[in-house]
Amino acid sequence: MSHAGIRAVVIGASWGGVNASIRVLSSLDASFPVPIFLAQHQRYESESRLARVLETRTQMRVVAPEDKEPVLPGVVYVSPPGYHMMVDRNATIALSCHWPVHYSRPSIDELFFSAGHVYGGGTLAVLLTGANEDGAEGIRYIHQRGGITIAQDPATAEAPVMPESAIRTGCVDYILPLDEIGPFLREQVSSRRK
Amino acid sequence: MSEAPQINDEHVDMEDVEIRLLLEAVFHIYGYDFRSYSKASIRRRVLHRLNLSGLPSIMEMIDRVMKDRQFFVQLLNDLTVNVTEMYRDPQFYRSFREEVVPLLKTFPFIKIWHAGCSTGEEIYSMAILLEEEGLYDRAMIYATDIDKNVLATAKKGIYSISSIRQYGENYLEAGGKSSLSDYYTCKYEGVIIDQRLRRNILFADHDLATDQVFGEMNVIVCRNVLIYFDRDLQRRVFQLFRDSLDMGGVLCLGTKESLNFSGIVEEFEPVDGQMKIFRRKQVAL
Repeated sequence: MSHAGIRAVVIGASWGGVNASIRVLSSLDASFPVPIFLAQHQRYESESRLARVLETRTQMRVVAPEDKEPVLPGVVYVSPPGYHMMVDRNATIALSCHWPVHYSRPSIDELFFSAGHVYGGGTLAVLLTGANEDGAEGIRYIHQRGGITIAQDPATAEAPVMPESAIRTGCVDYILPLDEIGPFLREQVSSRRK
Repeated sequence: MSEAPQINDEHVDMEDVEIRLLLEAVFHIYGYDFRSYSKASIRRRVLHRLNLSGLPSIMEMIDRVMKDRQFFVQLLNDLTVNVTEMYRDPQFYRSFREEVVPLLKTFPFIKIWHAGCSTGEEIYSMAILLEEEGLYDRAMIYATDIDKNVLATAKKGIYSISSIRQYGENYLEAGGKSSLSDYYTCKYEGVIIDQRLRRNILFADHDLATDQVFGEMNVIVCRNVLIYFDRDLQRRVFQLFRDSLDMGGVLCLGTKESLNFSGIVEEFEPVDGQMKIFRRKQVAL
């Protein structure tokens, strides 16, 4: 594999995902050299509270972005409830209200497809705990594009279905216990950077 | 002198090129212009249709679109996202009632342009709101959309009975003064909106990407439409809105849409920054 270095991290999470995301993000800080995009299934009514909760638990900046917001390194972009969050080639956020995917909007697959398309082999994808199969196809696509794929070890997941279905695709590079994912991300972005 | 163009896999993505060709074909044959839509967004929806169609490639899709109008109509339905509901984002309507209605009450006549009205649920939401505030008889709502098919649905005002419960809850959350069921009757599997509400609505097809100003408005409502455009097209549309609004006129966007990248942010002031309600500043001439 010829990685030109990690250019973006995408994280997908569903059932139990808020706690899991906190565990991952709390070990990172604003010096993280690439942007992180997080698609977390959530009820529409929950508005953008998730970003505010995460903000208190990590040293990174956390935003629920507006459409066309420029993407910056060291920032966590949390998909706003009711919207699919994607990224455009000119490194801006693209939001969409098109149909739910796997009954979800935001959908993890939609985020993974767009990031995989834009960042190609520079994409690092992490699929955390969840009770449905969203994200598995996205993992497959990012793997095909030459990116790095990680699934949370289902034994450490509140709901194992989501990481399990990703692992079944045969496209997961690393299966890691929850506590090791944050440190692994730090290591990857520093060692693979040029 | 110019440098030779670089050939680089990272930047020349064949799929992107095929999608551009598809959008060119659609524009030249059917007149709908999606060429300046957000690439990420349009790509997902083209690939979705490709997947459903069973066709082997986008190139095959182009061929099919060029020959088969019916296939184009399906694609059009994917490209124009028609996700809407009555009193979508109830908090927006509540804010409109509290912050904008008092202003409208000072006007002798109120012209409202609802751009990208889709199947009309939000048009009737506005009509009911104005009716309850005693403003509807001096209001005119211009309801426009790029897609004639959805406009036909909007005109009929017939909606599925399965969604009406949610709409009723939205209506109350939005500050509705009676019950939503006062404004529709059940018929077979659907509900039909009170035909009297149509009296001050004018439906017309209008493409924000290519068409011009058609009148001076007091209010423009365009929610969750601009997110599908790229930044250049957004700028064009923002200028169109500015030119269509009276001084002191009100612009309502979707809750995740921003004026920050619009090129006209200086000319507007927030009425409700969170619900994305803005007012065009009064400028002494």
